[in-house]
Amino acid sequence: MERDRTLKTIDAEGLHYKVLNEMIRESLTDGYQELRLLNVNGQRYISDGLTFPQSVLEVYGTPGNDLGIFMNGLTIKVFGNAQDGVANTMNDGEIVIYGSAGDLAGYGMRGGRIFIRDSAGYRIGIHMKEYQDKIPVIVIGGGSGDFLGEYMAGGRIISLGLNTSEDEITGYFCGTGMHGGAIYIRGKIPEYKLGKETKMIDADENDLEFLKKYIMDFSNYFDLNFDCIMDRPFYKLIPYNRRPYGRLYAY
Amino acid sequence: MRDINIKYIEGQIRIPSACGLSGYINTRGELTSGGHIVDAMSVMRERGNGLGAGFAGYGIYPDREDYYAFHIFFEDPKAREETSSLLYNYLDVVQEEKIPTRKVKNIRNAPMIWRYFVKPKEEYLEEDVSEDDFIVDLVMKINSEIKGAYVFSSGKNMGVFKGVGYPEDIGEFYKLEEYNGYSWTAHSRFPTNTPGWWGGAHPFSLLDWTVVHNGEISSYGTNVRYIEMFGYKCTLMTDTEVITYIMDLLIRRHRLPVDIVVKALAPPFYSTVERLDEEEKNKIKAIRAVYQSCLLNGPFSIIVGFKNGLISLTDRIKLRPLVAGKSGDFVYMASEESAIRELSPKLDRVWMPRGGEAVISMLEEKRILV
Repeated sequence: MERDRTLKTIDAEGLHYKVLNEMIRESLTDGYQELRLLNVNGQRYISDGLTFPQSVLEVYGTPGNDLGIFMNGLTIKVFGNAQDGVANTMNDGEIVIYGSAGDLAGYGMRGGRIFIRDSAGYRIGIHMKEYQDKIPVIVIGGGSGDFLGEYMAGGRIISLGLNTSEDEITGYFCGTGMHGGAIYIRGKIPEYKLGKETKMIDADENDLEFLKKYIMDFSNYFDLNFDCIMDRPFYKLIPYNRRPYGRLYAY
Repeated sequence: MRDINIKYIEGQIRIPSACGLSGYINTRGELTSGGHIVDAMSVMRERGNGLGAGFAGYGIYPDREDYYAFHIFFEDPKAREETSSLLYNYLDVVQEEKIPTRKVKNIRNAPMIWRYFVKPKEEYLEEDVSEDDFIVDLVMKINSEIKGAYVFSSGKNMGVFKGVGYPEDIGEFYKLEEYNGYSWTAHSRFPTNTPGWWGGAHPFSLLDWTVVHNGEISSYGTNVRYIEMFGYKCTLMTDTEVITYIMDLLIRRHRLPVDIVVKALAPPFYSTVERLDEEEKNKIKAIRAVYQSCLLNGPFSIIVGFKNGLISLTDRIKLRPLVAGKSGDFVYMASEESAIRELSPKLDRVWMPRGGEAVISMLEEKRILV
């Protein structure tokens, strides 16, 4: 029956990550459109390097580090918290987290999107980059830790600070070493939280057009009120310079 | 320098750095089997490489709770003989035995592992020398002077169990599930700068202090020079050892409160301090001035165990991971949330402490509030 070929459930309890990842790869190659992983706990590198842009992977539990690493296309939905290194060097695809994310989400990310419902850890979007139409985007629903967008070379981070006290929307050293891309913040953050290489400006009409698209998707995924989220001013962090350390080592 | 038989030396094999930590405490002092923390470590298997693992359990020797429990590695019978005569000379030894172990396929080259339940002899204790001071001096003496003997655990009603192997294997080797404790910590090692050997596995311990650590202490030289002035000797060739002695010095001997001590180890940046209120600012500046040499530089996350509780701490810019969780009377700390979920799938709260922010969880029992 055609219907049976579309959905498959895998019980991940006690499975080593290598075995689990082989099962995922095989099932998607066999043509399953939707995979459901139950009892995931700590297995690393889930969907490592996969290219299945039409398929959906649902993860129940706590996936291990480097979820979606090197991925080229797949939608991953996490029903729980993700650990460190979500979407490490990801090329394309979408990761939706119905919970929080650990440190380093979007590390060296080159394309695709991450939607995090709650908070995120340190160094979100570190070394993110973009090229032509490949522009990675991270949307953080709650607050995040220090070094947001560290050494960021491209891409966009959208920090919404929902259900978060003003002081916890971001940590310190935002955009340290940033030399490309942009970080959007819903609400203003104090000057002392910015890294030396970053300045804060008002978001303009073009920015808001861009934000609306992603915030619409965000509010649909997590069943939140779009208008309420948009009902606050957005600010934009951009780098002063495309080569902040250009004069540090050479004269 | 001691001769150590090691195959794995930095530079001879490729070692991507990691290390895994976990720990938990029942704040009402209820005992749980050591088997649980072994399970928690097994989900973080990729954080270690089999070159070291260990556990610390608190409350495990209730029948001998008034005696110091020495756990000792001997590399040969001669080391045991020498140590034994020293112990019987200075201490009342009420029990000595081989620590019970199982044969485990992956555990090889184990040293002789013994435990002694001891108390300092009355005649050696003077007015200004406490029992604890006496024990510390003796541990330092054995570890630095007797070739092939290492006291790796010396507290009361607690014990460290460690060696070269993965945590599951070390847990099985020591029959950890047969011990019951109110608090447990564990470590899985991925040695990067120093050799993987039995004495170099974590936790590092002195009296009831134990430290498990993920990271590198780049301030090691400064830290060692400071604590050596107080009679501590670093003999185990691993940076973590020094943290254990700093804890003993600052909390037991200098009687500093735990929340001050963590500020000495991981003080906020001066740029942050400037924005604090006057009283807090002065306090932090004073701590930094007096205990500058205790500042731990470099990436680290640690879990410190002691008889009254557990402390976790990361470096100020959080270059190593740490997650905390709470469920009823249990407080959990680990490198990864999955390790905590393995211990307790349902949690009242799970959070990631900020860099330099300690989680301090103390035992609520009446007898220690005195």
